[in-house]
Amino acid sequence: MFLWIIQRDLLLAMRRRADVLTTLFFFIIVVSLFPLGVGPEMNMLRTMAPGVVWVAALLASMLSLGRMFSSDHADGTLEQMLLSPQSLSLLVLGKALAHWLVTGVPLVLMAPVLGIQYDLSTDALLVLTASLLLGTPVLSLIGAIGAALTLGLRGGGVLVSLLVLPLYIPVLIFGAGAVEASAAGLGAGAHMSLLGAFLLASLVLAPWTAAVSLRISME
Amino acid sequence: MSTLQGNKLTCVRGDRKLFSDVNFSLETGGLMQVQGRNGSGKTSLLRMLCGLATPAHGDIRWDGVEIRSLGGSYHGAMTYLGHLSGVKDDLTAIENLRISSALAGVEIDERKAHEALQHMGLGGRELLPAKVLSQGQRRRVTLARLLVCQTVLWILDEPLTALDTTAVKLIQDLMERHLEHGGMIVMTTHQEIEITAVATQRLQLA
Repeated sequence: MFLWIIQRDLLLAMRRRADVLTTLFFFIIVVSLFPLGVGPEMNMLRTMAPGVVWVAALLASMLSLGRMFSSDHADGTLEQMLLSPQSLSLLVLGKALAHWLVTGVPLVLMAPVLGIQYDLSTDALLVLTASLLLGTPVLSLIGAIGAALTLGLRGGGVLVSLLVLPLYIPVLIFGAGAVEASAAGLGAGAHMSLLGAFLLASLVLAPWTAAVSLRISME
Repeated sequence: MSTLQGNKLTCVRGDRKLFSDVNFSLETGGLMQVQGRNGSGKTSLLRMLCGLATPAHGDIRWDGVEIRSLGGSYHGAMTYLGHLSGVKDDLTAIENLRISSALAGVEIDERKAHEALQHMGLGGRELLPAKVLSQGQRRRVTLARLLVCQTVLWILDEPLTALDTTAVKLIQDLMERHLEHGGMIVMTTHQEIEITAVATQRLQLA
């Protein structure tokens, strides 16, 4: 059941590749424009790299949040999901996971390549990728709550950003902080543990919260 | 033996009361046709019956237990087909049917989905994406779910819209067979249909 949902969402994403590519290209463009705009000063680029990559990843992931439930809402599939004998939380978890596979994983894979433009060392690139790997699923999970709450509202796109941004900020701080800490020789362990804790907490809480929000939105 | 009961149901939309004090009791083999003019709350009543909406007053009981407290086990005994088809444009008819059945808790293989679609008169079109199907054909994809899901209670909101006469006949036979085998149907329709059932009742919404 859980696998059906993931498989279905991936299949839909494959049939509508343009949507997936928009997110990825947005990420690539934002990250690539910064070195061009700021100028080739290596020290400055190296310090701002983690922040820029993380902010771009965060915005890119937010860009596709609106689509997470809205198309299912429009064609009635969401009604059927609510009426499924399976647990709705599990369905939401499946959808959030599919969202991460479609938008998060490409970003994680692209990040080391884009990081080279900022003259990051191999270590820093590894830490950056690892922090994104732990952090981007959190973005999808928290985003699911926002997407569920704003379902069917006009101007939901703006509202969803307002709702989820405050919750994204800790992830951003510790994600970008991990790279800085490792560059400063402090080790990224503490930041990574916190990101891991965010991931575990959102894995448990977000699907349930989003499921409750969906039921409220559908009334 | 199963029963579906509604006690003193009231539906309020905004500050308008759509209907109040609606009572009914439906038993195994029974068919209930919900009637009323446009905007009288037929769809709202059906959405309440499947648990998507909560009545302002009153309760709905399945075998004597409030459906809210039954949750998943009630949903496992019920199939709801609403106005929205739940058919994805980008998926083929077969994928649509397999996925919607899986959502309803029944996993079917390709062969079974194929048979069901064939039975619904969609033979040869199973592998076309749903966006190239006509309105009536999409409706048939939705209705094919009734063939594969073995649920007791069917809640159907205007199941016959956009269907041609052969398809209407097909659905009629399907419903009759379901009722003979101890199923229950709640439906709304503006079309005149003849379904022989042990107990047919009409619920008129003011």
